[in-house]
Amino acid sequence: MSGGRLLVDGLTAGYGRSSVLNDVSLELDRGQVIALLGANGAGKTTLLRCISGLIRPTRGSVSLEGASIVGCAPHTLIRRGIAHVPEGRQPFPHLSVRENLLMGAYSLPAGKAATQVLDLVYHYFPILKERTRQLAGLLSGGEQQMLVIARALMGRPQILLLDEPSLGLSPKLVGTVFSIIRRINEEQQISVLLVEQNANAALQVATHGYLLEHGRASRKFDAAELLASDEVRKSYLGHG
Amino acid sequence: MIAELLLNGIALGCVYSLIALGFVLIFKATGIVNFAQGDIMMLGSFFGLTTIGLWGMPYLLGFVCAVLATAVCGYLFNRLLLQHVVGRPEFQIIMVTIGLGYILRTIAGVVPGWGSLPQRFATPFDGKVDVVFGMPVSQERLVIVLVTAGLMVLLFLFFRFTRVGIAMQAASQNKTAATLVGISVPGVNSLVWALGAGMAGVAGILIAPITFVYPGVGYVGLLAFPAAVLGGFGSLPGAFVGGIVIGLLEVFSGFYLSEWVRNAAPYMALLAVLFIRPSGLFGVRLQKKV
Ligand SMILES: Nc1ncnc2c1ncn2[C@@H]1O[C@H](COP(=O)(O)OP(=O)(O)OP(=O)(O)O)[C@@H](O)[C@H]1O
Ligand SMILES: [Mg+2]
Repeated sequence: MSGGRLLVDGLTAGYGRSSVLNDVSLELDRGQVIALLGANGAGKTTLLRCISGLIRPTRGSVSLEGASIVGCAPHTLIRRGIAHVPEGRQPFPHLSVRENLLMGAYSLPAGKAATQVLDLVYHYFPILKERTRQLAGLLSGGEQQMLVIARALMGRPQILLLDEPSLGLSPKLVGTVFSIIRRINEEQQISVLLVEQNANAALQVATHGYLLEHGRASRKFDAAELLASDEVRKSYLGHG
Repeated sequence: MIAELLLNGIALGCVYSLIALGFVLIFKATGIVNFAQGDIMMLGSFFGLTTIGLWGMPYLLGFVCAVLATAVCGYLFNRLLLQHVVGRPEFQIIMVTIGLGYILRTIAGVVPGWGSLPQRFATPFDGKVDVVFGMPVSQERLVIVLVTAGLMVLLFLFFRFTRVGIAMQAASQNKTAATLVGISVPGVNSLVWALGAGMAGVAGILIAPITFVYPGVGYVGLLAFPAAVLGGFGSLPGAFVGGIVIGLLEVFSGFYLSEWVRNAAPYMALLAVLFIRPSGLFGVRLQKKV
């Protein structure tokens, strides 16, 4: 795994007639962690859905390693290396933790490959190994969040799209989850596009960040720049 | 006497269970209430008539071929028809399945060798009687019970241990998440249709000696509804037990009360369940933690 390079250019998208994203461009370089910050309703989730093919943009392009992926059937994108962890923790509630994870490897050839990745994933999320036979729907919120990230890793992606992984977690758990994300990025060279409202936590991990406001994206900032900016402190860091 | 009624009821119930299971499988996976389920069963009966009766295949081979043919039809119904109306208002989808059933009955009436008059095909069990625990038992009914039991075990193993089986569950539990791990949800749903139709096909062949084969035989499949509702509409074990209960209810009410009650009993049970315990006899839900 080498981490992929993702380029979003001039993306415009919406639902029905209402337009949500307006000419959004951003780039995620190999091995980077990029934070995408924005208020409720800014269009962060919509952007991730466009990238993973769940909705089709009306204009603009999304390319992976230079090849356009707009219009690909959404279930084929994991094979190309993009794993999307959707908003709001979505495990398969009536399957066990282990079955959830094995489904994460559905795109890999059946057999040994899956069990190898399973060991790797358990290495990052030891708590899941302890819960391996438990039904996913009965896990705690934090465990479910770890499970869905782990499930995404099972497909051996090069790029991980994370939609608000901190939502509803205690501050301590947010720290745990984000440090695992950082380790995965560093050790597995997986690029991460991190959508967050918790700017503080996100900018601890991210090297760069974008602001998304009313469907428009800012230029690419350094994480330190964003942490220091008055505007960001006021809008996203909860003190100012 | 009671023992005989019991076996008859259970055998009939097994057939209902098979139809109801296919019905619930399709409902759970696609959200579609398939009113053509009984007519798909009718297709199974006719395919059996064709392979075993008209072409003279050995029973077992003819059985398997007919079930496969029914399954392929189910697959195609989804691919060509229902997959394209998913997401439309519910009544439209229901109309599509009702229309499909009607068309199937019409077609069955005109296919050469099929037609609207009741027909039958020979089985190796015709009129044979086994002695079980000192009691005479019709082989036909015994086979129905054994085949159903065997299928239940296979189905359980399929959903528990195979990749496709688990993917079917995953797709029915969360479509978005399933798509994102690489499962083609429409593709998996077509397989569910094949499975659901195949089970109805088995039911159609098993019940053929009892009901005979004709385009209207699918009315029997309507009893999948009370069976499914009794079982909680969405629970597989529930649909199985619901089917058995309906079978027993029919046979016993027919014997002790009247033929008239026999036909109405399943639907009276359906109404009673909907009023008293809408979640069905087994309506337990996993509470989702937030
Ligand atoms: N399925 C949908 N149909 C119609 N409109 C939608 C749909 N999903 C989102 N929207 C609208 O699109 C806009 C952007 O939504 P989106 O979910 O992308 O925002 P977000 O930045 O992820 O917000 P949050 O931080 O609350 O998750 C919102 O105004 C929302 O109401
Ligand atoms: Mg969102």
